[in-house]
Amino acid sequence: MTSSPLSSPSSVPSSSSSSQSSAAEPLLSVRDLRVVIDGLHILHGVDLDVAPAGVTALLGRNGAGKTTTVKAVMGLVPRTGRIRLAGAELSSLPAHLVVRHGIGYAPEDRGIFAGLTVAENLRLAERGAPGGGGAGEPDYALVHELFPELKQRAGQLAGTLSGGQQQMVAIGRTLLNRNRLIIADEPTKGLAPKIVAEVAEVLARAAEAVPVLLVEQNLALVRRLAGTCAVLVDGRTAHRGDTAELLADEEAARRLLGVGSRHPLAGGLRSAASPAAPAITAEVKP
Amino acid sequence: MGTVVLLSCTGLGLGALYFLVASGLSLIFGLMDVLNFAHGALLSIGAYATWWAGAEAGLSFWLAVPFGTLVGTAAAVLLELFLIRPLYSRPRDQILATVGVGLAVPALLMGIWGADARPFPQPALLSGTWHVLGATVPVNRFVLVAAAALLLLTLRLFLARTRYGLIVRAGVEDRAMVTALGIDVRKAFTLVFALGGAAAALGGALGGLYFGSVNPGQGTGLLIFAFVVVVMGGMGSVTGAAAASVGVGLVQQFANYYTGAGLGDLSVVVLLAVLLLVRPRGLTGRLA
Repeated sequence: MTSSPLSSPSSVPSSSSSSQSSAAEPLLSVRDLRVVIDGLHILHGVDLDVAPAGVTALLGRNGAGKTTTVKAVMGLVPRTGRIRLAGAELSSLPAHLVVRHGIGYAPEDRGIFAGLTVAENLRLAERGAPGGGGAGEPDYALVHELFPELKQRAGQLAGTLSGGQQQMVAIGRTLLNRNRLIIADEPTKGLAPKIVAEVAEVLARAAEAVPVLLVEQNLALVRRLAGTCAVLVDGRTAHRGDTAELLADEEAARRLLGVGSRHPLAGGLRSAASPAAPAITAEVKP
Repeated sequence: MGTVVLLSCTGLGLGALYFLVASGLSLIFGLMDVLNFAHGALLSIGAYATWWAGAEAGLSFWLAVPFGTLVGTAAAVLLELFLIRPLYSRPRDQILATVGVGLAVPALLMGIWGADARPFPQPALLSGTWHVLGATVPVNRFVLVAAAALLLLTLRLFLARTRYGLIVRAGVEDRAMVTALGIDVRKAFTLVFALGGAAAALGGALGGLYFGSVNPGQGTGLLIFAFVVVVMGGMGSVTGAAAASVGVGLVQQFANYYTGAGLGDLSVVVLLAVLLLVRPRGLTGRLA
């Protein structure tokens, strides 16, 4: 796999073999995903493969269509294209049926119910009930082990939690059920560095058991967690491949992700990069 | 003193009637963003079904009320399934459809049973008066207040203790996120419509007691004040609706008595305007 951007969506191979570093079938395979909202074409041809293990990153600048892609997969916005999860076609299903195929979703704004307690937020996510997709008994032991604070604060209204604690609830909800895939949309957005490290730790642990699709702007985190990645530019997949390779390629990273000296995360990226990899410090014009 | 007590009891009875209509209206709007202009029609259906069962079919009052409530509930469920649900992606058409039902049902009732008010059967047990602090108060005022209090308690228990109550509370905040947790929120929609329809139809049945008769326009007349109550109480808040109902009922009764007839209704609108200026989100601004 080269790290050169693909000129058009049609040139993206539809077989997974060339885009995945592993030979295994992708867990989630998205082809030619398109979204039109109020006459505006938000996505015009997103292709994405989520590896059957570990973390797959979905990258791109602000407004490239990352969140819309995730929402389209979830069925939260009207979409066309092919979305296959472990062989099942999801593209015509409404959100609640998509989820019952085994997807845990932590949205960009965390999707916490402020007027409900922490315990109620978690209880709402239980899918073990009849008609819930047969997710089995909710795994509170795991959630409380990873986030002991959620147990202590069970009776507290979620709206009074800090941003980091709310993110714990959001991630905790995805771990409660036996999911096939976890989708986390910018889980570290707006969090203090110490909490970011905590969230990263949890994601790494979660990814040992369940594959994760991670939308993230924090490239240091992406570099640490993600094996493969897809990069969106203007609502299209512009690149797919190995994350470390992409981030090591200064020119490609700058062109695809807009990483440069003006990028607030460039410093973090440099410090996280291995000594062998060239640091991305480029002095780019806006 | 007697007058004040009588006005208070009548105001509370009227407020209870408003609450029976407004509680469902508020939950429906809070959860589904649907302004159900057909809610008054559900009340009328409940009122006429109760009247028909009691006066025409000869059922006892105690059977006629559950019958009327059941018919209203069924009408609400049918309304949600066949008119509201297909139009979720077209909110403007949805409003027009509910307005249409709100106009068609009274017209239908008028076509079948005429425009004149029909005397409502009054069971002996509920047709007397009670003496309270020197005032002679019709018993049906207390029946309405008791029904409204029971409804408030039931709804609060439903919202606080049941899984569907949890889904409704969460759905009022963020419907899309509820579906993103694997929950079919449409089932909650139908349930809320059924609950709201049952409450409104019960309001129709008990409103027949309060007014002594039923007429086709009753539901629509009450709906306007129910909307005022919903806005004042905060959309989606059952407790807020209860508090606002009491306030509106009392203000209306007292103003109508001590000023001129009609000024009471006007004062309610003034009350709404003042409240919205001081607290734009209503009394509570949130649910339960």
